[in-house]
Amino acid sequence: MYTQALNTSDADDRHIEDAARAAAFQARIDAEERIEPNDWMPAAYRRTLTRQISQHAHSEVVGMLPEGNWITRAPSLRRKAALLAKVQDECGHGLYLYAAAETLGASREELVDLMLAGKAKYSSIFNYPTLTWADIGVIGWLVDGAAIMNQIPLCRCSYGPYARAMIRVCKEESFHQRQGYEIMLTLARGTDEQKAMAQDALNRWWWPVLMMFGPPDQASQHSDTSTKWKIKRFSNDELRQKFVDATVPQAQYLGLTIPDPGMKQNEAGHWEYSAIDWDEFKQVLAGNGPCNHDRMAARRKAHDEGAWVREAAEAYAEKRRHRQTAQAAE
Amino acid sequence: MAVASISVSETPLVLYTLRRADDALILGHRLSEWCGHAPMLEEDMALANMGLDLLGQARELYSYAAKVEGKGNDEDKFAYLRDVRQYRNLLLLEQPNGDFAHTMVRQFFYSAFADLYWRAMMKSADATLAAIAAKSEKESAYHLRHSSEWIVRLGDGTEQSHARAQAAIDHLWAFTGEMFRNDASERALVDAGISVDPASLRPQWLKTVANVVGEATLALPKSDWMQQGGRDGRHSEHLGHLLSELQSMPRTFPGATW
Repeated sequence: MYTQALNTSDADDRHIEDAARAAAFQARIDAEERIEPNDWMPAAYRRTLTRQISQHAHSEVVGMLPEGNWITRAPSLRRKAALLAKVQDECGHGLYLYAAAETLGASREELVDLMLAGKAKYSSIFNYPTLTWADIGVIGWLVDGAAIMNQIPLCRCSYGPYARAMIRVCKEESFHQRQGYEIMLTLARGTDEQKAMAQDALNRWWWPVLMMFGPPDQASQHSDTSTKWKIKRFSNDELRQKFVDATVPQAQYLGLTIPDPGMKQNEAGHWEYSAIDWDEFKQVLAGNGPCNHDRMAARRKAHDEGAWVREAAEAYAEKRRHRQTAQAAE
Repeated sequence: MAVASISVSETPLVLYTLRRADDALILGHRLSEWCGHAPMLEEDMALANMGLDLLGQARELYSYAAKVEGKGNDEDKFAYLRDVRQYRNLLLLEQPNGDFAHTMVRQFFYSAFADLYWRAMMKSADATLAAIAAKSEKESAYHLRHSSEWIVRLGDGTEQSHARAQAAIDHLWAFTGEMFRNDASERALVDAGISVDPASLRPQWLKTVANVVGEATLALPKSDWMQQGGRDGRHSEHLGHLLSELQSMPRTFPGATW
C-alpha cells in the first residue's frame, strides 16, 4: 500500500566507487534515463532501493491485516466481495514489489526474514487498529489517498522496475480510494449512528495519516541523495501539503469535520494544519504503536504455521525432478 | 440489538437455489478467513480468488432465489438475516479451516463435486440456473485443479505434510456423502429437468477423488458412515459462530444501508 522511508539512503561507501562510472551514472539519471537491473549502479543506490522497495512490499503485506480484520464482518455481500478483492490487490502489490526488489539481487525470503526479525520497517499507519466499519472507508479514502500522493511521483523513479510496478499499483490504489470514499459517502448519508461512526473514524485516523508522509523536511535525513538519484522527487512537507489541500474539500463534501480546530486556509489557498505530534510517530516507529505487536505476531504466525506447507511443496518438486531425471536416464 | 430473522417461503425452487447459494457463501466466507494468513503470498492470492468466485456465485443465486420467491427479500437479507436453522449449506463447507491441509481437502472434495454438478446443470431447463452453472463450472474447474495439485504436493511431500493431509481426509470424509443426497423437494425439480440428481455424479466423483488421492500416496477411508443434516438446517456447532461474525453488522444496526 505504501512506503514511508522515502528519505533514507546509504551514502557511506560512495568513495570506493569508481568516480568516472559514478559520474556517467549520474549523467544518465540527470538525463531522465531509466536504470535497469543489468546496468551498473553505485552500491549505495542499490542498497537504498532494495531497502525502500522491500519496505514498501512489507507495508503492502502487513497492510492486509487491518483491513482483513473486517472481511468476515463486512456489512453487505457487495462490500464483502469488494473488500476481499481489495486486500487481495494489496497482496498482489506485495508480490510485484518483492519481484522488483529481487531484480536488485535480494531474495524475497531474505527480505521477509529481515521483516519478521524486526530489522526492516513497514509503514507506521498499519500499527493502528480498525475498530469499526467506517475505518475501512477511511483507510481507502485517506490511507490509500496518501499512498497515491506518495506513489505518483515514484512512477517516474529512476529505477525502471520500481517505476513500472508503481504505475500498475497506482491504478489499483486509485480504484481503492474511490471505493473508500464511496463507503464514507454512504455513511455520511446514513443514520445518525453511521454519521457518528464516520466522524469517529476520521478523528482517529487523521493525524496518523498525516504522519505517513514522514518527518518534517527540516528533520529529515539523507533525502539529498535520494533526490539527486531521482528516487524522491518531492519533499515530505510538499506532499503532505498537497494531500491536505486535496482532502479538506472532500471532508467538507462529506459533512465531516477534520479534527484540527486550528486549521485555516491561507492567502495562497493552502490549508495550514496544526503541529503534528511527532513523539507519537517516533513511538509507533519504535514498536510502541497500538498494534505493532499484533501485526508482527500475525505475520510470524502465518510464516511459522505455513513452513510445513512450503517445505512440502519443495520436497515434492525435488522428488519430481529426481523422477524425471531417472526417467530420462532409462 | 437483535434484528429479527426474515421468513422465507421455501418452495422447491427457492429452497434448491438457497441451498446452493448457502454452499457458495459459507465456503467463500471460510476461504476469506485465510486472507493475510496463508502459508505464502501466492496462496493468499489463490484462496482469495476462490473465495471471490464463490461469493460471486452466492450473490447470483441469492438474487435469483429472491426473484423466484417474490417476497421482497434480497441477497443481503438471505445472507444476513437468516439464523443457523434457516441455513441450508452442506456440513462439509462450514467445517473450520483447520490447517492448510484441512482447507485444501475440503476444497478438493467440494470442487470435484461442484465441477461435475455445474457442468451437468448447464443443461438445466431453467435458463437462469443454466447460466449460473456455466460460469460456476469454469470457476470450479480451476478450484479443482488448484486443490488437486495441493493434495498431491502435500501427500507426496514430506512425512509431516503426508500425515496432515491424511488426517484431513480422514476427518472430512464423513461429510462428503451429503453432497450426493436428494430429497422429495428436489426430486420434482430433477423430474422437470431443472436440476440433476447428484447421486448420479458419485461414481465419477469417486473416480476423480481416488485418482488424485492415489497419486498423492494417500488413502480414502474405508468407513462409509456419512453425516447429514445441513440441507435441512441441522448443522454442526461451527456454523453459528461463523454466522454471528458474518451477520454482526446488519444485526447490530437495524435498517441501515452500507
